[in-house]
Amino acid sequence: MNDNMIDASTEQQDLKVKAECRNLNFHYGAFHALKSINLPVYEKKVTALIGPSGCGKSTLLRSFNRMHDLYPGNRYEGEIVMHPDDTNLLAKEVDPIEVRMRISMVFQKPNPFPKSVYENVAYSLRVRGMKSKSELDDRVEHALKGAALWGEVSNRLNDLGANLSGGQQQRLCIARALASDPEILLFDEPTSALDPIATASIEELVTELKDTVTILIVTHNMQQAARISDFTAYMYLGEMIEFGVTDQLFIKPQKKQTEDYITGRFG
Amino acid sequence: MQEQDLQLIRNIIVRAKRWDAFFGVLGVFALMVGVLTFAALFVDMAIQGIPRLDGDFFTSFPSRRAGQAGILSAWVGTVLVMMVTAMAAVPLGIAAGVYLEEYAPKNWVTDIIEINITNLAGVPSIVYGLLALGLFVYQFGFGQSILSAGLTLALLILPVVIVATRESIRAIPQIIREGSYACGATTWQTVRDHILPYSSPGILTGVIIGMARAIGETAPIITIGALTFIAFLPPLPGAGEPPAGLFDWLFAPFTVMPIQMFNWTSRPEAAFQVNAAAAGFVLVLMTLAMNGAAIWLRYRLRKNIKW
Repeated sequence: MNDNMIDASTEQQDLKVKAECRNLNFHYGAFHALKSINLPVYEKKVTALIGPSGCGKSTLLRSFNRMHDLYPGNRYEGEIVMHPDDTNLLAKEVDPIEVRMRISMVFQKPNPFPKSVYENVAYSLRVRGMKSKSELDDRVEHALKGAALWGEVSNRLNDLGANLSGGQQQRLCIARALASDPEILLFDEPTSALDPIATASIEELVTELKDTVTILIVTHNMQQAARISDFTAYMYLGEMIEFGVTDQLFIKPQKKQTEDYITGRFG
Repeated sequence: MQEQDLQLIRNIIVRAKRWDAFFGVLGVFALMVGVLTFAALFVDMAIQGIPRLDGDFFTSFPSRRAGQAGILSAWVGTVLVMMVTAMAAVPLGIAAGVYLEEYAPKNWVTDIIEINITNLAGVPSIVYGLLALGLFVYQFGFGQSILSAGLTLALLILPVVIVATRESIRAIPQIIREGSYACGATTWQTVRDHILPYSSPGILTGVIIGMARAIGETAPIITIGALTFIAFLPPLPGAGEPPAGLFDWLFAPFTVMPIQMFNWTSRPEAAFQVNAAAAGFVLVLMTLAMNGAAIWLRYRLRKNIKW
C-alpha cells in the first residue's frame, strides 16, 4: 500500500478495519493469480473491486470465504486477517466452514436451491443446527425483510425459489446470506445477470445493508462501483493497482493505469 | 443481389435440403426397425399367451401336464430375488456414485476405479454367474438360494446404478453446490440436503433400468444353480420363527420367470410353448410396469426441481 491509499482512507472519521489482506498471493496450480495483495476492508462500508476480466477480482473475493478450498491444486500465501479477533482466515488450522459461517456470499447468477422460499433462507440456519420452528420463522422473516423481499413473498413462502423473478431470486439469495447474521457479505457481480430495474433494486439494497454489515463487492460495472461503494480497489493482472475512497479514485486517480481504465481508454 | 446469384443460392439450398429429407427418412427407418420388431414379438407372444392367462396360471405350480402348469413359484421367486437385488444394489450403487462425485480426490487411483466401473457394465452376465457361484454359493455358503441370486444380480446392475447416480449428480449445476458450501455446509450436509434430493429422479431411473435388466437375466441365475422345476414356495419374508426365522426366505431354493420360460420352451409339446408365451407376456408386462413407474416417478420428482 502506498501513501496515497492511506491518506485517502484516513480522511473519514471512525473507520474500523474489519478485515485486511496482507501480502496475499494465490496460485491456481502453476498460475499466479493474485500477487502480493494488500487491502483493508472497512467495517460497515461498501468496498468495490473493479478491473478488467481476468484481473483476479473474483479470485480475491472468493479467497475471503475460502471457496478455492473446494477445488484441488489451489494455494494461498499470506494472510487475510479478520478483526477484532485477529484470526487469519487462510491459516491451515482455521476450518473453511468456520470462515463461511462468518462470511456469507452472493453469487453472480442467482442460485436459489430448488426448495421453497422459506427453506432457502432457513438453510444457512439449519446448517448451524437451528431446529426451533418459531426461531426459524423469526429469523427467516427478518432476513427476508432485510433483503427487501418480505412484502413480495410473505404469502408465498412455500413456493419454489425458482418461480420468483430473476431480481427476486437474487434478493432471496441475499436473504439466505443475511439469515446467519454474517460479519462480512461478499457479492460476486450480483447484478450481471439481471435487467436494469432489478439491478437498481439490488444496488439500493446494498447501500441500505451497509448500515448493518460490511460489504465487499466485485463489479464489472464502474458506474455501479461509483454509485454504491465507499472504497474502490482497482486490480489488473492479479495486482492491486490502486485503492482509495471511491469519489477520489474516480475523480482524481493517482495512477495512470487507473485513469486509463476508468476513463474507458482501456479495458 | 443479381437475379443470377439469387438463382444460384436457391439451387444450393434445394440441393442441401435433399440431405435433410434423406436423413429424416433414414431416421424413421432406423426407429421403425427397433419399434416394429419389439411390437411384432410382443403381439405374437400376446396372441399365443393371453388365452392361457387365467387366475389358475398365477396360482399353480409348474406341472408335467401343460394345462395345469402355472407360474406361482416363478413369479414369487422373481419378486423375492428382485427385493434382494434392490436392497443390495441401491445403497451400494448410490454410495459409490456419491463418493466418486463428491468425495473422491481427483487422482489416478480414482481414474482407474472409474474406468473399471465403466468396463464392469460390459462384462457378460455369465461371468457374474461364475463369480457368484464361487463366492456366494460356496465361499460364503449361501447355497443355491434367493440370497445368492439377488446378490449376483445386484453385482450385475451395480455399474448401471453407479453410472446413473454419477450422471444425475453431474447434472446439478456447480453453482448450487457452491451456494450450499457458502452457507457453511459440510460435504455431508451438501450431499444430504442437496445432491441426493436433486439427483433422485435420475438415480431412480437408473435403478429401475437396472432392475428391468436384472429381471430378465437367466444365465447367471442358472449358473448359480436355480432349480428349473420347483413345486413349493419359499417361506415368505418374516414368516418364520423370529428372530432367525425371519430370514429363512433368503436361503430357500427358488426359480425365476425367465428360467421357467426357458424350461417350457425346451419341452417338445406345443402346449408348453403356449405356457412359455404366456409367461413371457407376464414378464414383459412386469418390465413395462417398472419402466412406467420410473417415468411417472421421474416426472413427479422433477416437477419440483428447477435451477
